[in-house]
Amino acid sequence: MKLVVAVVRHEKLNDVLVELFKADVQGLTISEVRGHGGEIEQVETYRGTTVKMSLSEKIRLEIGVSDHFVQPTVQAILRGASTGSVGDGKIFVLPVEKIYRIRTGEEDQAAVTPVTVGGKKK
Amino acid sequence: MVPADVAWMIVATALVLLMTPALAFFYGGLVRSKNALNTMMMSFISLGFLGVTWALVGYSLAFGTGNAWLGDLSFVFLKDVGLGEATGSTIPHILFMAFQATFAIVTAALISGAIVERMKFGAYIVFLVLWSLVVYSPVCHWVWAPTGWLFKMGALDYAGGTVVHVNAAVSALVAAMVLGPRKDYARQAILPHNVPFVLLGAGLLWFGWFGFNAGSAIAAGSANGFYKSAAVAFVTTMLAPAATLTVWSLLDIIRGGKATAVGAATAIVVGLVAITPAAGHVSPLSALALGGIAAFPSYFALLYRAKTKLDDSLDVVAAHGVGGTVGALLTGVFSQKAWSGLVDGLLFGNPDQMRIQVIGVAAVIAYAAVMTFVILKVVGAVMPLRADVGDEGLGMDVTQHGEEAYTSGEGAILVLPELEAPQVALQARLANEGGKA
Repeated sequence: MKLVVAVVRHEKLNDVLVELFKADVQGLTISEVRGHGGEIEQVETYRGTTVKMSLSEKIRLEIGVSDHFVQPTVQAILRGASTGSVGDGKIFVLPVEKIYRIRTGEEDQAAVTPVTVGGKKK
Repeated sequence: MVPADVAWMIVATALVLLMTPALAFFYGGLVRSKNALNTMMMSFISLGFLGVTWALVGYSLAFGTGNAWLGDLSFVFLKDVGLGEATGSTIPHILFMAFQATFAIVTAALISGAIVERMKFGAYIVFLVLWSLVVYSPVCHWVWAPTGWLFKMGALDYAGGTVVHVNAAVSALVAAMVLGPRKDYARQAILPHNVPFVLLGAGLLWFGWFGFNAGSAIAAGSANGFYKSAAVAFVTTMLAPAATLTVWSLLDIIRGGKATAVGAATAIVVGLVAITPAAGHVSPLSALALGGIAAFPSYFALLYRAKTKLDDSLDVVAAHGVGGTVGALLTGVFSQKAWSGLVDGLLFGNPDQMRIQVIGVAAVIAYAAVMTFVILKVVGAVMPLRADVGDEGLGMDVTQHGEEAYTSGEGAILVLPELEAPQVALQARLANEGGKA
């Protein structure tokens, strides 16, 4: 089991989600974050006050997956989030000690396997 | 000179000027937060560039005597535009010029709704100025100058159904087609970022529109050769949008079970647009009917447009084009001599008025479409019209204006002017040392 954490561009989120759904990755959490990744700092001016925006807005995705899903997930994010310029973001793959599904109390592998309802994946 | 007329027209001019910031809020709320400032600036910048263009040249091209098609250069740089009465009115010539300036400004700003979130700001300004001179001034001359061919034919356009709304909407349609859709259009949901702004804008537009329509009497009430009374236009401007809002909300409820806020704001604008050409020509009850009827075509045009490839982003065509056309045609139906002192429409025994109204609308559509296409092609040949895809993704606020609408300021490093001095000194020293080596 791994936790895939990806930081991507705001405007690429939709593409990433499309790729993830195509790759059958179904459970994820996203949050709005600010960060700095070496991209050129945007200069903004407000009535004579000039600032360099050292932090840019990014989206962080967290996806808990079973081992054989790590590569498809990572590849999907790479396909969706890349523009080729500095500031595209990072993907981190972290080991996970334990996973619980709150509804059923299922653990680990079972907890990150999508439930089948009526023979149809849901 | 009638003092009451002068006083009212001063107020009306200020009211119409407010419509451009109101439009900025209406449009600004409808776009995504990363494009809010750019969208609002597209309206605001018109206050500057077109205010100047109008005073220097535009007014003369529109209201100079000229011929049936175009004014002349007799009022260029406001020459001979003084304190004497404007022809056929009871107000000073300069005041009439200022009142008409506010129309030129807001009409051009209307177009921006079709090309938001993607057009480069510089190219937009160039387009705006050229459009005002090449499209707005001539069309304004046709319809409102006593020498214009549509005016002489007897086309009724009280406050600008064709000159302002059909004109801007057709140009918007062409501009949306020439620029092409936004990169995200029909690929992902593009939602309004601030619906309260949209409602605020619609409310302020309604307020300003009292100046727009009732001010188009060019008088407070005295018979001045043009129109009978500002009060008629004032009341119809109140009642028509009320009817549109009512019908629109009922359509919303019947179709989806809920009355929507963005729908309500749109309905107000559609009602205002529709009553514009009819404002001083119809009875208050006719205004209610006109507003109610006008809800239907625009409502379904909006639904249809969203399913097409045409990225008329903020539905200028459905609201102003369809609403303006319906209003202009219904003016030919509902006009009543008893209220305007001018002519009767279809319902009151003058079917010929409909023919004239159709000619007016058709002529404006044809001319605005062709000329807007030409202007955009010319501007496009000199400079790129669209921001590149990366800039569009990042947002037009940062890339076109170097500002953000909503920023917490976290992570912003102040660039102090004092810090630049030592750096310059450092660079000079480095250059000297480089010279020695």
